[in-house]
Amino acid sequence: MMKSKINVYQKIFGRPQYLKENIFHYCAGCGHSIAHRLIAEVIEELNIRDRTIGVPPAGCAVLAYNYFDIDMLESMHGRGCAVATGVKRTLPDRIVFSYQGDGDLAAIGTAETFHAANRGENITVLFINNAVYGMTGGQMAPTTLLGQFSTTSRPTRDALLDGYPIRMSEILSHLEGTRYIERCAVNTPSNIVKAKRAIKKAFRYQMDDVGFTMVELLSQCPTNWKMTPIDACRWVDETMAKAFPLGVIKDVRIKG
Amino acid sequence: MQGNRVIGEAAIRAGCRFYAGYPITPQNELTEYMAENLRKVEGGTFIQAESEIAAINMVLGASAAGARAMTSSSSPGISLKQEGISALAADELPAVIVNIMRGGPGLGNILPAQGDYFQATRGGGHGDYRTIVLAPASVQELADLTMDAFDLADRYRTPVMILADAMIGQMMEPLVFKKPEPRQYDDGYILRGAGQGRSRFIRGLILDAIRMEEHNWKLYRKYQVITKKEVRHETFKTDDADVLIVAYGTAARIAKGAIKRCREMGIRVGLIRPITLWPYPADVIKRFSEKVETFIVFEMSTGQMLEDVRLALGGAGIIHFYGRPGGVIPTPVELARFIEHHTKNSWDRGSQ
Repeated sequence: MMKSKINVYQKIFGRPQYLKENIFHYCAGCGHSIAHRLIAEVIEELNIRDRTIGVPPAGCAVLAYNYFDIDMLESMHGRGCAVATGVKRTLPDRIVFSYQGDGDLAAIGTAETFHAANRGENITVLFINNAVYGMTGGQMAPTTLLGQFSTTSRPTRDALLDGYPIRMSEILSHLEGTRYIERCAVNTPSNIVKAKRAIKKAFRYQMDDVGFTMVELLSQCPTNWKMTPIDACRWVDETMAKAFPLGVIKDVRIKG
Repeated sequence: MQGNRVIGEAAIRAGCRFYAGYPITPQNELTEYMAENLRKVEGGTFIQAESEIAAINMVLGASAAGARAMTSSSSPGISLKQEGISALAADELPAVIVNIMRGGPGLGNILPAQGDYFQATRGGGHGDYRTIVLAPASVQELADLTMDAFDLADRYRTPVMILADAMIGQMMEPLVFKKPEPRQYDDGYILRGAGQGRSRFIRGLILDAIRMEEHNWKLYRKYQVITKKEVRHETFKTDDADVLIVAYGTAARIAKGAIKRCREMGIRVGLIRPITLWPYPADVIKRFSEKVETFIVFEMSTGQMLEDVRLALGGAGIIHFYGRPGGVIPTPVELARFIEHHTKNSWDRGSQ
């Protein structure tokens, strides 16, 4: 009989070291918990927990400090990039990231995001795009797709009345201050692996003082999309990724 | 040296190492001074922000990371900053905010006014909080109070506002910079990355009502201590006064001129000048009401501090209000005439 190569007593999967043992408050099937996990894994693998400061947003991830075992500074809605700028400029050798949703980053905080990017602040932005305001109950986001239902775009988003979904990653890529921008998703195992790779790359760039980096994560929101978690994961690929194509949008590794 | 530039120099001398601001008249010289000089200082950061909102939030980040941080603006810009000031109060983070007031409401104009008194002393932003408000009346005092503002902000871990107006910001006067106090504070709250220790967070979101209430009472207790310990005021010719003017900032300077004229006319007038607008020197005013009956509240507004004087007097004495809002700079002559008109002596002389 062939001996199995797998040692059944070896731990091959577990909680990342820098996620606290609190139970996520996120809905079933939500992408936030996956994104949190990836960031925690990257912090562990890069061994930067001691000098990382995170800036969580207002929105569903407002309680991120209950999960990340790192120093965190709350930001008012939309101001993540301004707050992160203040921290990073004061402590330039720390790793500073903001974690922001689509309403936070692309509506109320557009100016802060745009100008931090334009200044080439050496920070990393984790941009969770789920095409809806989650925390407040499913209102239209700047990234809500045309034809998508939301509680404030009835019956669905209409370009004439509500404008178009904003592609922040593409817009920011045109600014000279930005160095690395990639859009990923957290809906399938392969996309999750790619997303982690992108997050790691962004943090590495920051560690090397390259400049502004952002990873956009298309993230499922089954509750407000009114779908099952499985359908929501499918919808990311079949519909959302059509409007927000996945892939590297900009990668210029010039030291700032 | 010009008032606005003096604030910048005093701040740098006091150890301010982070400034973010957005251009707005009549305080631009301060932003320009910081641009020119703060980056020359080791560890000094100057950022011209994209908005006043961004500036105050950068200050919040810098403050949490341990820097002595400041931002400045003028009335409409201070309205935009209120979100961040509220967050600083909630997070118990030190910061200095300078408001070189101009005429309002709305865009108003760029002339000296005192219309932001309510906004400054009542918290300004949302939620149950107070801001320490310092009201300088000279360029020398601008320098002194700017340094003191950083110490107060550290001591109580709370935002401190310097409330001056276009007149004081733009005027030039000789001054001496005092030696700044060494920074004494408990730096345990500063986020530097968790190191090998426990991770920490700074936040204002407290979803549990009981805990939120406790945080509110905690802030309240702090404000009680500030009210008890940090009230500042100046009195001028009050010893023999029959009439007392209550005025702050530029208005107090004008009042001193009026007092000289009144005394020449034989009306014994004195001045109480609040230096802290919050906490307010209410007890001082109340004490004076035991020997003085007539109070003249004089402001470059339609009457905002007037309410604090009424509260302080609690029905005692007679209050007359003289105000010139909108950027008009009243003269000592007109104030003296107003006082003359409203004092008993004036009837004897038959003047109006």
